[in-house]
Amino acid sequence: MSEVASTSGAPSLAVSDEVVIRIADMDKWYGQFHVLKSIDLEVRRGERIVICGPSGSGKSTLIRCINRLEEHQSGSINVDGIELTDDLKNIDAIRREVGMVFQHFNLFPHLTVLENCTLAPIWVKKMPKNEAEEVAMKYLERVRIPEQASKFPGQLSGGQQQRVAIARSLCMNPKIMLFDEPTSALDPEMIKEVLDVMIELAREGMTMICVTHEMGFAKTVANRVIFMDAGQIIEQNEPGAFFDNPQSERTQLFLSQILAH
Amino acid sequence: MNTFSTGSIVNAGDLPDKPAPIRTDGPIAWLRDNLFSSRTNTILTLVALAIVLYAVPPALNWLVVKANWSGGAEACRANPGAACWPFITARWEQFLYGFYPQAERWRVNIVLYVLLGGIFLLAFEKMPLRKWVGLLMLIPFPIVSYFMLYGGVFGLPVVETSRWGGFMLTLVIALSGIVASLPLGIVLALGRRSTMPIMRLVCTLFIEFWRGIPLVAVLFMASVMFPLFLPPDVTFDQLLRAVIGVALFASAYMAEVVRGGLQAIPKGQYEGAMALGLPYWKMMRLIVLPQALKIVIPGIVNTFIGLFKDTTLVLIIGLLDLLGIVQSSINDPNWSIQSVPYTGYVFVALVFWVCCYAMALYSRHIEEKLHTGHKR
Repeated sequence: MSEVASTSGAPSLAVSDEVVIRIADMDKWYGQFHVLKSIDLEVRRGERIVICGPSGSGKSTLIRCINRLEEHQSGSINVDGIELTDDLKNIDAIRREVGMVFQHFNLFPHLTVLENCTLAPIWVKKMPKNEAEEVAMKYLERVRIPEQASKFPGQLSGGQQQRVAIARSLCMNPKIMLFDEPTSALDPEMIKEVLDVMIELAREGMTMICVTHEMGFAKTVANRVIFMDAGQIIEQNEPGAFFDNPQSERTQLFLSQILAH
Repeated sequence: MNTFSTGSIVNAGDLPDKPAPIRTDGPIAWLRDNLFSSRTNTILTLVALAIVLYAVPPALNWLVVKANWSGGAEACRANPGAACWPFITARWEQFLYGFYPQAERWRVNIVLYVLLGGIFLLAFEKMPLRKWVGLLMLIPFPIVSYFMLYGGVFGLPVVETSRWGGFMLTLVIALSGIVASLPLGIVLALGRRSTMPIMRLVCTLFIEFWRGIPLVAVLFMASVMFPLFLPPDVTFDQLLRAVIGVALFASAYMAEVVRGGLQAIPKGQYEGAMALGLPYWKMMRLIVLPQALKIVIPGIVNTFIGLFKDTTLVLIIGLLDLLGIVQSSINDPNWSIQSVPYTGYVFVALVFWVCCYAMALYSRHIEEKLHTGHKR
C-alpha cells in the first residue's frame, strides 16, 4: 500500500440527496455460477465509494454491470434516470454519462495520447476536432502530462498511461467515474501520482466508485466503504467506522489480512 | 556469494568506459558475427559459397553475357545456347496488350499510366490531398478504367473482353481480386466472430466452401457450369465470371487472415472503446481493425501475392494472361528455336517476381511506418 497523506475521518465534501445510480435486487450468473447475489446499492451525486473485498468476490463485476460491460440477469440498474436494458440506445446513453478507468489502462496503442483523448468526443459527441483537442489538453494538464500529448501510449510509464486513461474518460465529461483497480498494475512508485489525480477529482465533487485495495485512499477520500465477499455486499459504512470497528467477522478477517503488513 | 560482515558497501563514483576486448563493429566484426560465428556456420558459409560459384556464372552467361540482345530469329538460331531476348522485344506489345486492337491500345496506356501515377503519388506519405488520391484510385478509377477498356461509351468502340490478354489481363484480374477481396474478407471475418448465430453460420459456411475447393475447380465452374444456371439468352462475360471466382476465392483466405488479427486484439481494447460509448461499427473501424490489420499485414500481402500468381490459372479456361500469351507465342514456327521457350518462361518469371517483390517491399515499409511504441 502506498502512503497517501491521510488525516482520518471523511472529508467534508458535499454529497447531494439526488440518487444517480440505483441498483435494486440485482443478480448475475456466469453459467451456473452465481457471481452477484441480490445487490442493492444507491449512489448519490458527489459520493465517493470504495469497494473492497477478496479476489473473486464480484466487486469488478458489479461496477462493470453499471456500464454494461457485463450483463445482469435479474433486478434493475438505473443510472441517472436511464434504465439499463437490452435497448442499445439506453446502453449508449449510459456509457456517455459514465467514465471508466481500467486496471490495464486499455489505451489505444495505435493512437497518440491526444488522439486517445479526442477520439470519443469527436466520434460519439460529434465535437469539432479543434474543440476536442482543446478539451483534451485541458484534462491532460489536469493530470499533469500535457507535454506527452504527441507520444504513443507505448512510450509512457504505467503511471503516465493510467493518468492518460483518466483524462481520456474525463474528456467525455462524465457524471460518474468508475475505477476498476486503477493502481493494481502499477509499480509502487507510480501509485501515488495516479491516486493524487483521483483525490483531486474527488475534491472537485465527481461521483466515484472505486474498486481498490488502497486503504489509505479509502480513508482520505471515500465517504462510504463497501466490503464484498462471495458476490454479496457484506458490510458498508463510512470509512472511520468501517476501519476502526468492522461489524462482520468476514470484514474483520479481510481487514486484518490486508492491514497486517 | 557476498557476505556482508560489517557495515554497508557503497560504490563511490562512476566506473570508467573500457575499450571492448575484440572489435564489435566494422566489416570484420560483421563477417565474424554473421558468417563464421561457429564451426557449423563456417562450413555452411563455405558450402553456400561453392554453390554460388558453381551456379551463378553459367546463369549470368546464359542471361546476359552470351545472350542474344539484337538481331532477329536468325541471330538466335545461330547461337541457341543462350537467351534469345529479341523474341521478347519482337512480341512485347502482344505480351502487354494481348489481342487488344492496335488502334485502341492508347486506352490501355492511359489506364496504365494513371494506375502507375496513382501508386507513385500514394508512395509519398507527406503528399497533400493524399487521402483524396487514395479514394479516387479506390472507387472511381476501377469504374472509369472498365469503361475505358471495354468501351461502348463516349464513342469508344467496344473491345470484347475475349480480346484482352497478356500482362494487361493479369493486372485486371489481380487488381480486381485484390480490391474486392480485402473488404469482403474483413466483412466475412467480422461476421465469423459475430455474436449473431445466423451471421456466424453464414460466414463460416461461405469461408469453408471457398477454402475447400481448388481454384482450378472454381474457374471451371465459373466458365462451364455457371452459364447452365442462367437463361439461355443471358450471356455473362467470361472474364467477369473468372474475376468474381478469383475474388470470392481470395476473400475466403483473406477472411481467415483478418480473423487471426482480430483474435490478437485484447478484450481490454473492446472494453475501453465500449466504455467510451463507441457503437460497434465505430469501435471496429477506429480501434479494432486498424490494430488487427496492422498485425496481419504480412498475411494480407502474402494473400495478395498468392492471388497475383494464381491469376495464371485462368489459362485453363481459355483466357490468355501473360503466361498464357507467352506460352502460345512460343509455338510460333518462326521462333521454333531451342532457347526461345526458356527465354519466354524466364521473362514471365522475372515480371512476376518484380511485381511480387515490389508488394513485399511496400508491405515491409508500411509495417515500419505503422510501428508505434517500443519494440520488444
